[in-house]
Amino acid sequence: MLLQPTVPMASLDELWFQVSGTLCNLKCEHCFISCSPVNDTFGYLSYERVMRMLQESIELGVKEYYFTGGEPFLNRELIPMIEQVLKVGPVTVLTNGTVLKADWLKRLQTAEQNSRYSLEFRVSIDGPTPEMNDPIRGERTFQRAMNGVAMLCEYGFLPIITITRTWEETEEDAILDSFRAVLKEHGYHRPRLKVLPRLKMGGEEKRTEGYTPLERITPEMMEGFDVSQLLCNHSRVVTDRGVAVCPILIESESAQMGETLKESLVDFPLLEGACYTCYQYGSICANPSSKKVEA
Amino acid sequence: MNGKIAFFGGIYNNYLALETAIADAHGRDISQIYCLGDLGAFGPHPDRVFPLLIENGIQTVQGNYDHSIGHALEDCQCGYSDPRDNHFASLSYAYTLENTSPEYRDWMKQLPAEIRFTWQNRSVLLCHGSPRKTNEFLWESTTSTAFLERLADEQDADIILGTHTGLHWHRRLENDRHFINVGVLGRPENDGTTNVWYTVLSVEEEEKRPENSSVSVEFIPVRYDYEKLAWEMEAENIPEEFIETIRTGWWTTCLEVLPAKERRAGKY
Repeated sequence: MLLQPTVPMASLDELWFQVSGTLCNLKCEHCFISCSPVNDTFGYLSYERVMRMLQESIELGVKEYYFTGGEPFLNRELIPMIEQVLKVGPVTVLTNGTVLKADWLKRLQTAEQNSRYSLEFRVSIDGPTPEMNDPIRGERTFQRAMNGVAMLCEYGFLPIITITRTWEETEEDAILDSFRAVLKEHGYHRPRLKVLPRLKMGGEEKRTEGYTPLERITPEMMEGFDVSQLLCNHSRVVTDRGVAVCPILIESESAQMGETLKESLVDFPLLEGACYTCYQYGSICANPSSKKVEA
Repeated sequence: MNGKIAFFGGIYNNYLALETAIADAHGRDISQIYCLGDLGAFGPHPDRVFPLLIENGIQTVQGNYDHSIGHALEDCQCGYSDPRDNHFASLSYAYTLENTSPEYRDWMKQLPAEIRFTWQNRSVLLCHGSPRKTNEFLWESTTSTAFLERLADEQDADIILGTHTGLHWHRRLENDRHFINVGVLGRPENDGTTNVWYTVLSVEEEEKRPENSSVSVEFIPVRYDYEKLAWEMEAENIPEEFIETIRTGWWTTCLEVLPAKERRAGKY
C-alpha cells in the first residue's frame, strides 16, 4: 500500500473567513479559484454565521483572523464583522483595493485604534505598471488599486502589497524596486511587499499550465520537513458550505472538513498540486513574504 | 522560591547593557536573575557576554541563536521569511559565529529550551519565543487573549515569560495568570529612545488576606553607555544600519516581520 503524506492538525491558530465566496468585481486571469462577478460557486457569509464561528474559535483559542474572497468588501456586512472580530483578535483583510470607500476606512481606523490588535490589509497588485498588471487583473485595475493604496495610507494603514510572481527570478530585484518607487509616488513612503508564487490551478491553469502529476508531495519529502510551514497544520477556513482545510483548496472535495471547527481539526492528506507549491515556498498565506526558492 | 525575580531577554552581544542591568537588578533586592536567550547577534565581541552570565549565576534558556551558534548551523533560525530581513540577519550571524569561541559554543549547546519552577505558589515557565516553538514571534498586536489562555492551559503554567520579538509587553489572563514578553537588553525598542529593557516580577500582598496576593510586573528601562557600544561596533565593521539603531533607538532592519501596529510605532 502506498503511504499518503499527511499533515497533522497541530493547533487552530488562524481562522479564515471566505467572506465573499468566489464573488469578485474583478476577473483576474490567474485567480486560483476563478473568482468573478458571476461565479457564485461559493457565496457570501452572513454576519450571524461569522459571529457563531467566532464564538467557537474563542473557545478553541484561535490566535488570528483573516478575511478573504473573492473581494471581501463586496460583502455589505464586512465592516461590522471586522469591528466585532477586532475586539477579540488581530485581523487581516485580503482585498484588490478597487472598491474601498472613505467612510468604511474611517470606521475601520477607529476600530483598530480602539483595539489592542492590528488590522492588516493585503492589497493584490501584480506589476509596478499598468502594462504589467492590467493584462492579468483587468483594464484600469492598476490605477484603481493604487488609488486604494493611497486611500489606505490616508487613514493611517500600512497595506502589504501582495504580488504574484509572474516574472523570471532574475528580474525580481528590479521589479520590486520599481514597485517601491511607484508606491512612494502614490504617497506610500515605507511600502511593505509580499511576493507570492503562482498557484497553477483555476484561472492560472488555463492562462499558463497546470500541475504535472510529478508535482506532488511524496512521503519521503516529509521526512525532516517543518510541517508548521504548511497552513493546513494550523489553520482552517469557513466558507458558506462548511469548514475547509485552507483558502486555496476550497473547491477540492478532499478539502471539506466538516460543519464546525471542532469537526475540522483532523489530519489532512497532501494530495493536490497546490500542496506542492505550499511545500516549496512555505507560509505562502502568512503576512510576511515567503522565502525565495532557487530555480 | 520567594522574593523579587528579574528576567533579561535577547542580549545580542550587548555586554555593556548586560553589565548595567545586572548592577541595576542587584540594587533592587532581586533574589534571582534569569535570561531567556539569544545571547548573540547585532552587537560586538560575543565572548564578553558569557562570563557575565556565568559569574553572576544567571540561569539561561537556549534561544534560537544560541542553538544555531552552539551547533555552528548555517543560519540563526530567527524565523524570518522575507529576503530583506534574512539579508541583515545573515550578516550579524556570520560575525557572531566567527567571533564566538568553542568553549562558549559548547556552553550554549547544553542550555535548556525551557526552565520551569514554582515561585510564590505559582508555576512559572520560561521560554524563548513561545513554549511550543523557540522561534515563534508572539507580538502584542497579533496574539489574541484566547490563544494565551489556551497556551497557559496546555502548558499548565500560571506565568509564561518569553522574549524573541524585541518588544516588551504584558497580558493579564484569568485567575491572575500572565503572559509576559520581558523585552531585550540587546537593542532599543524602536521608539526613538536609546535605553533597553528588562522585567521584574514581584507579588503584592493584601495585608489582611495574604491569599489574595497578586503578581506585579514591572518593566525597567536600562540606560547604558550606548555610545561606547556604537564605537566598538564601528571598530568591528558591523553594518552601519545596526549602529544607527543603537544611536537613535529606531529599528532599521528586520522590519518586514513586524505587524502593522508595531511597524507604525517605528520610524522606518
